[in-house]
Amino acid sequence: MSRVSKRPRIPFLTELPLLIWLVLLWGTLWQDFSAGNLLFGAIISVVVVNLFYLPPVELGGRLNLAAGALFAAKFVYHVAVASFQVLWLAVATGPRIRNAVLAVKLRTHSDLILTATGHAISLIPGSLVVDVDRSCSTLYLHCLNINGPQDAQAFRAQVLRIEADLIRVCGNREELALVRAENHGQEDRLTARGGGGQP
Amino acid sequence: MNTDLILDIASGICLILGAVMSLAAAIGLIRFPDLLSRMHAATKPQVFGLLLLLTGLGLQLRSWAMVPVLLLAWLFQLLTVPVSAHMVGRSGYRTKHLRKETLTEDDLDAVVQKAAADEALRSEEAPDRQ
Repeated sequence: MSRVSKRPRIPFLTELPLLIWLVLLWGTLWQDFSAGNLLFGAIISVVVVNLFYLPPVELGGRLNLAAGALFAAKFVYHVAVASFQVLWLAVATGPRIRNAVLAVKLRTHSDLILTATGHAISLIPGSLVVDVDRSCSTLYLHCLNINGPQDAQAFRAQVLRIEADLIRVCGNREELALVRAENHGQEDRLTARGGGGQP
Repeated sequence: MNTDLILDIASGICLILGAVMSLAAAIGLIRFPDLLSRMHAATKPQVFGLLLLLTGLGLQLRSWAMVPVLLLAWLFQLLTVPVSAHMVGRSGYRTKHLRKETLTEDDLDAVVQKAAADEALRSEEAPDRQ
């Protein structure tokens, strides 16, 4: 087992979010959030995390819970609207549907944001990740009901908006600055959003 | 109006709408022309459908202890659905189980062709490029 000894030691602070999640999961599954149960869960979490090694997730170093809640609400709204659209497409368009496989290049270079964006866009009906190019953070997405270049452009803009929202939640500072700089150029026209993303 | 009745009606609406989402999946499976568009119908409306069903269940159970469990059930669905859809979609694309004539644009085609060409080139020559 030479690979075991080569593993880099993960700093405790990097592991902490995973440990907290595992403790909460333990409490939820037992439906018991008493101190003793959570302590026992914490011991099991530490054992599990050390026994089943996972490569550490590189976090952006910041977390904006308000932006997170806003993103969750937007996400459920998108999922609801798109679910009915897919239902309508299935009933009305059916076999005549036109799709596309689109490449969308994201701004981020973090694996976390790339994965989260791919996940979120996959969960919203009408799009699914066919392939990922990690080295240049490009998602290849199969999307329903793309009838021409305008649809494709609108779809790409939607993916980039989701990515921007996720960067606001937990992206690192350089990416956040990039998103803000872009927004100052754009939101002069889109005043409806009321300068969202201000500190 | 008492609250029990209102909650009953709300949970009834949630359950029916959730079931409609399952119906959408079934209709999509029959109506859509190829594997990838069927994947949309088969996996995605369930995300919202399950949310509605769990909400309806929560409104009937009316116990705060159940809320984290229901939330967890939905979260695990959120984590697993894109993975399975991606695996089927990716292998479906690579094994040509899609109908090109339904696509208006295909950005991946050139990439896959190039990768295949590079692979062929590399197996012929010495591996001088990484």
